[in-house]
Amino acid sequence: MTAAVATARETGLAIRLEGVSLGYGRHAVLEDLHLDVAPGEVLVIVGPSGSGKSTILRAVAGLLTPRAGRVLAQGVPVTGPSPDRAMVFQDDALLPWRTVRRNVELPLRIRGVPRRERGPAAESWIARVGLAGWGDRLPRELSGGMRQRVQLARSLAAAPRAVLMDEPFGALDAQTRGEMQRLLLDVLRDTAATVVFVTHDVDEALLLADRVVVLGRGGIGRVLPVPGPRTPETDRAGLRARIIEEL
Amino acid sequence: MSTPAPAASLAATSSAVEAPGSEPLASGAVPAVRPGRRVRGRATTAGLRRWAVRLGSLVVVVALWQWLTTADVRAGLRFDRLPSPAEVAAELTRQLTGGLYYLDLAQSMIRILTGFALASVAGIALGVLVARSRWAADVLLPPIEVVRPIPAIALVPIAILVFPTDEQGIVFITFAAAFFPIMVSTRHAVRALPTLWEDAVRTMGGGRRHVLWHVVLPGTLPGVFGGLSVGMGVAWICVISAEMISGEFGVGYRTWHAYTVVDYPAVLVGMASIGVLGWLTSASIELLGRRLTRWLPRAEERAEERAVVPVGDRGAPERGPGGREAGQGAEEAVR
Repeated sequence: MTAAVATARETGLAIRLEGVSLGYGRHAVLEDLHLDVAPGEVLVIVGPSGSGKSTILRAVAGLLTPRAGRVLAQGVPVTGPSPDRAMVFQDDALLPWRTVRRNVELPLRIRGVPRRERGPAAESWIARVGLAGWGDRLPRELSGGMRQRVQLARSLAAAPRAVLMDEPFGALDAQTRGEMQRLLLDVLRDTAATVVFVTHDVDEALLLADRVVVLGRGGIGRVLPVPGPRTPETDRAGLRARIIEEL
Repeated sequence: MSTPAPAASLAATSSAVEAPGSEPLASGAVPAVRPGRRVRGRATTAGLRRWAVRLGSLVVVVALWQWLTTADVRAGLRFDRLPSPAEVAAELTRQLTGGLYYLDLAQSMIRILTGFALASVAGIALGVLVARSRWAADVLLPPIEVVRPIPAIALVPIAILVFPTDEQGIVFITFAAAFFPIMVSTRHAVRALPTLWEDAVRTMGGGRRHVLWHVVLPGTLPGVFGGLSVGMGVAWICVISAEMISGEFGVGYRTWHAYTVVDYPAVLVGMASIGVLGWLTSASIELLGRRLTRWLPRAEERAEERAVVPVGDRGAPERGPGGREAGQGAEEAVR
């Protein structure tokens, strides 16, 4: 088990969408999507609400089966969820009856990590997201920003090869959101995991992404590389204008 | 128009927290020093007052009963032949010195706890099963729905035919009474569970077993406990009735026996014993339920938190997904 965790830490997952159509029931949300996500990159999908950003993410996670086409993870078709593809949800995805520590330990427990290794691993992730000392609190005792920190720790604790983030900071106020973005940049520096991040906020996309996918009403529009990714001093006004135009 | 709302509502909640028992002490400046502790101190005083009211309510009822019976009130209703609380107390003291009373209590408790325990296990298991599996629902629900409206006590003839001993029959009746509210509440609670938690566990690689153990069972506890409370109530009604019909020991049997020999004080001792036992068991379930669902946001704590959390941070916990369902499921089950 520990060997598997170690290799996971080394390589990100290559994700590919081949002619994927998605929808709920009879209603099609997106048709014929093609997308390649390179191992270890941070790909941000930007789109207005209702454009189907979260739906794409759910398909990659394996929570939603495509109506047509295939989702491939490292060349293997996705048929269901896997601990290799961890997900961070917008809000309230922590199990409210488990303390912070036990929430973070849960993916390790599901992966079969022995009890005595789980505790220290969870504790170090809790500290990593700046919540040292909060391990015994319940989610209801935490603010929204703190709960998202815990979710981040929980998703990364089992060393997934891809992290799928569904507007994780969407419900936070501007100041907390800024702090969380800085924390995420900081944490991502130490992991090789591929990140697919969904947001409606263009500035958030530009701050985090290697590449930005613009999702308009008609599906995937442009895929735009970000010059000098994750370096705050770069001027991206031109790219920003292009994205807004695409939307 | 909407921007000033948070500040205004915050002010409203904090003044609401200060409001109960706002003695004319100092002024608005003083409570600002240690708001948390002040609120808690008041909460305990308020708690004591509530207990005093509850106790007082019982005392008033008993006093009224004593007056009605000793004054031999006959005004439409006739209280002249009803035993007074004093007579009942005397009879109780007499019974407490003998061994039979304790034997009856023990027998009734064994019956109800056995039936109730079986009903809890079966009710929770089947409730989860029919809520999670369409196939199980199609197979199991039709017979369950047909049997459910039959009052458990009406199953006595069946119990007599099917079970070799009276004892088993009484436990069966108790089981049948408690089973339906528990099953129905569990089923509702499972169906009302937000899918987000299940999705979260599945994206960690969790299978059905993990979802069941880490999401469904803990997440439905508030609703399940609603069913357990209702189930315990009807289980008492049915165990006593069943004991009155068949049985050699038990509070119900003893009460009925006292009635047949026109010993009214003993009848009332039996009734009071049932009342106290029923209340004790229900209170135990309530207490256990509260301990196991500590994670639920509760109204009073929420008010306190709102008053302390800064305005900018809107992350204060808002909902208890299972909490509302608890009442709803129980209501349906009891109909």
